[in-house]
Amino acid sequence: MTYTGTKPAFTATPAEVDRLVMRLHEVVRHGMRRKGVVLGISGGIDSSVVAALCARAFGACNVLGLTMHEAESSDDTRRLAQVVIDHLGLATIDEPLSPLLTAAGCYERRDAAIRKVVPAYGPGWRCKLVLPSILETEQLRISSVIALSPDGKELRVRLPADAYLQAVAATSFKQRTRKMLEYYHADRLHYAVVGTPNRLEYELGFFVKNGDGAADVKPIAHLYKTEVYQLAELLDIPAEIRARPPTTDTYSLPQSQEEFYFALPYARMDACLRAYDHAVPAAEVAAELGFTIDQVERIYRDIAAKRLVAHYLHAPPVLLD
Amino acid sequence: MQSTQTITELREFVTSNFYIPTELGFDDTSSFLAQGILDSTGVLELVTFVEDRFGISVQDDELVPANFDSLAALCAYVERKQVWR
Repeated sequence: MTYTGTKPAFTATPAEVDRLVMRLHEVVRHGMRRKGVVLGISGGIDSSVVAALCARAFGACNVLGLTMHEAESSDDTRRLAQVVIDHLGLATIDEPLSPLLTAAGCYERRDAAIRKVVPAYGPGWRCKLVLPSILETEQLRISSVIALSPDGKELRVRLPADAYLQAVAATSFKQRTRKMLEYYHADRLHYAVVGTPNRLEYELGFFVKNGDGAADVKPIAHLYKTEVYQLAELLDIPAEIRARPPTTDTYSLPQSQEEFYFALPYARMDACLRAYDHAVPAAEVAAELGFTIDQVERIYRDIAAKRLVAHYLHAPPVLLD
Repeated sequence: MQSTQTITELREFVTSNFYIPTELGFDDTSSFLAQGILDSTGVLELVTFVEDRFGISVQDDELVPANFDSLAALCAYVERKQVWR
């Protein structure tokens, strides 16, 4: 595979799908000696592609898909998760998450954090965290909360450090509770847990440590998001799943991945990360993608900062021997 | 004198709250971001500190490297804000 500027170097082929399927089977059945796999099904492109690879590797009857919706999951998420489950014929269990999250104080702790800057925040309000646009401003990448009142009034307020950290920590109960359930079923069935991050998420740290970042095998973590879409087409993932814009589906207001974490829509983020990984000069990337050099340099700085954070997220526990 | 006091307090906060490897040769013009001294959470903590300690309100459009990327830049920014207050 050779690198050519910011253009994708990967081409999904039936042979590549076969290679991934065989490798997945080998890793789980021979390496881990597990009979099948468990994964969360979100209705998004990543979990759909991984589920399809697993169905080919182990047979659909040996793949347990968990739906783990909660009070703030979108209707689209619920519907599309069912679409992919029906399409692949997976064994499934529905694990409603809200009772566990409520018991852990997920919503209340997050809302208390937001009340530090929006005192009226409470029942009937909705929220999301957003970052400033990296293309339009030199502004440092610091999150603000957007809070929508029950009567439709929208507030945008920058969070102080303690409120931001508490809001994110509380929200991370969602990813960690899902993973706890995945491992419950994996242990019960003597299965392995399959993770669904793509390369953007894996490399730039867009995951919760010991939450969605935990898994026994991550079959698409080496693939850029555009490459995952190529695989999806080859694996015959339903068109409405392939057409859905990526979403975090983590906060109660609709939130795109680029307004919460990534600097750009996924196709351009892919191109910039690939260029960064191959030390392509900013001027060359700017010319190819139609950015200014300043914009590319800001994107490169953002990538470098995220990789620094990702280093901690990836690190296993340190033994003091 | 004001400048000396401000930058001393800022230096004290940064050096006691963030890890600065000794080999970096940290001084008042060292880049917090380029040297990896502050991540986004660190910037947020720094903003909260200057607002609380110096009684200023940092506007979103002032959250730029020109104001927040070194002790010297931050000191100049804080003192400008205090004059405008």
